[in-house]
Amino acid sequence: MKITFPHMGNIYIPLKTLFENLGFEVIPPPPCTKRTLELGVANSPEFACLPLKINVGNFIEAFEKGADTIVMAGGIGPCRFGYYGQVQREILKDLGFNFNMIILEPPQGHFFELLKKINFIINKKNNSIKDIIKAATLAWKKAVLLDKLDVEICKLRAIEITKGQSDGLYNYNLQRIIEINDEKEMSAYEVEMLKSFSSIPVNNDKKPIKIGIVGEIYTILEPFVNLDIEKQLGELGTEVYRNIYITDWVRENLLPSFLKPKDYKKMLDLSRPFINCFIGGHGQESIAQIVNFSKMGFDGVIHLLPFTCMPEIVAKSAIPKVSQKYSIPVMTIVLDEHSAETGFRTRLEAFIDMIYHNKEGKDFARVCTWN
Amino acid sequence: MYIGIPRALFYYKYYPFWKNFFESLGYKVVLSSPTNKEIVKKGIELCVDDACLPIKVFHGHVADLIGKTDAIYIPRIISIEPKEYICPKFLGLPDMIRNSIPNLPYVIDPELNLYRGKNKILNHILQISEFLNVSKRKAFVAYNKSLRIQRQFDSQLVEKQMIPQDALYNNQEISSNNSHIKNSNNLKVLLLGHNYNIYDDFISMGLIRKLQKQNINFITSEMVTKKIILEGTKKLEKDMFWTLGKQTIGTAYYFLDRKKVDGIIHVASFGCGPDSLVGELIEKRTKRDYNIPFLYLNLDEHAAETGFNTRLEAFLDVLEGRKYFEDNISTYG
Repeated sequence: MKITFPHMGNIYIPLKTLFENLGFEVIPPPPCTKRTLELGVANSPEFACLPLKINVGNFIEAFEKGADTIVMAGGIGPCRFGYYGQVQREILKDLGFNFNMIILEPPQGHFFELLKKINFIINKKNNSIKDIIKAATLAWKKAVLLDKLDVEICKLRAIEITKGQSDGLYNYNLQRIIEINDEKEMSAYEVEMLKSFSSIPVNNDKKPIKIGIVGEIYTILEPFVNLDIEKQLGELGTEVYRNIYITDWVRENLLPSFLKPKDYKKMLDLSRPFINCFIGGHGQESIAQIVNFSKMGFDGVIHLLPFTCMPEIVAKSAIPKVSQKYSIPVMTIVLDEHSAETGFRTRLEAFIDMIYHNKEGKDFARVCTWN
Repeated sequence: MYIGIPRALFYYKYYPFWKNFFESLGYKVVLSSPTNKEIVKKGIELCVDDACLPIKVFHGHVADLIGKTDAIYIPRIISIEPKEYICPKFLGLPDMIRNSIPNLPYVIDPELNLYRGKNKILNHILQISEFLNVSKRKAFVAYNKSLRIQRQFDSQLVEKQMIPQDALYNNQEISSNNSHIKNSNNLKVLLLGHNYNIYDDFISMGLIRKLQKQNINFITSEMVTKKIILEGTKKLEKDMFWTLGKQTIGTAYYFLDRKKVDGIIHVASFGCGPDSLVGELIEKRTKRDYNIPFLYLNLDEHAAETGFNTRLEAFLDVLEGRKYFEDNISTYG
């Protein structure tokens, strides 16, 4: 049994650790490339959303490397993601692959089924509960570390003196996190990693503008899909925060409701009166986070969604009013297989120029456009 | 006081209930005009551009009602069957309308959420009574009465195989679909798609009219019993959480299995989330296991009627050919 799973940003690192420590062979798909996309687009329904297509590409490439078991998450709707696994299975079957697909559905009346499936995975290797907890803790720690790395690098990128230095540091640290496979070593490494950030010479006088990124989770987390938006914005000299990191997603979506962070509910309430109820996916959250970012003094927000994403379309309809009420500029970017980097970059540059212009206007009270 | 109901989306499913409910509470019900070019144009202007055609058309219908009524009824339809949803855009519909259309009259947007059980419909009724400031008792009396009428309407669709418009206006004679059923020699087509697309004469470019004119028998998922749909969905490995998607796929699987239809027409709107997956599942299955022609019609505001007609005619020709000449034609010409 060689396990594989779809890519979503860096989530493959903790997942790989988890399964490997449970004693399985793991073959993560190769990083998303143009070929992944092309394979996915050629074999998926035309109007399916982009994540489904890329997943299909991931699976095909993983099969080529020898994987034979897919672990995939499920859902209960109304977002399409909950039915991804079923459709992907049919597509891959039609392509003639021979494989096993384990879809982990969230407990909803079928709690036993979930337990049975987890049991099925775990029991194959006779793990004791202690082993399982150990594997899970290590994976979780890796996820936490990865998030810290992401946040810090995004800050550094905006103010580094030699361009590209922080990216080098990022890749080095990423590699280290992948390699480490022991809890103690991990804790020691955390200190080392935090220290390494200060080794990069920065321009402390620079006050970069702050941009928040909200929207659909896959497009936020997967750099191939969002054309590396964090890096691009960093190169343009802005500090970037996402509204969602890997650990947040686990906390908010996989934990039972009584364990969820308390601020989460409060934060969702910010979406009123524009969006008054759960609309599936991260639609309501996107709106709430725009308000949140504005309250935290951010200069602008970029809203990402894959083409035809249903919850985010509803959110998009509310954005003009939110943006007006909280006076924060918001730009929506729809991503699909036809997104091109040049046009994308131009839009980002224009957006940032507009924010700078806005700021100047505020500072000098009145700016003549013709002098 | 006048209450406006947009002639779009679930108008085709629940209008008898809504009309009778508000009328027995003493209100007058105003419908928007049937979908026309003007309404579609207005809807496209007002609505966020990524939305699907039926949502845009709904915006147009709401805009059409402005100035004609004192209030507009736009329920937030979260779920109409336990453990199922409609679609995220239905969940956020009142929000979308409020955010996109200026100068709205009073909007009645009670929540209809049967996710945790059918009896939650009472919450919906209670909420309406609060919106309208009528006594709970009066509302429940009206509810009971309207429920009966709605059930009558539903059973009419199934038993007499009528389309909603005919059942709504009691056009017993015009419902020519009726008479075709007797003639079992006619081609039988399974017409799949959301009710608000296929029954809207403008959106579907008169698809039903055209089929009737060609003497084609057609079945839609509104014309079959719940039992049939459940029977069909048994084949799914995972229960589907979209009510309309489940209806579509259940009907399709049932009739495919029993080889009772000559062809399948699937009508979907451009950018419809659930249908992009449901359609794929049906199409894959039809191709893999059954030898039945499948026509996928994708509708949006740019669809042109000529191309639409050509495709439909070609498809019907194929069906005809298969029925009568399949065994006689030599492949060598």
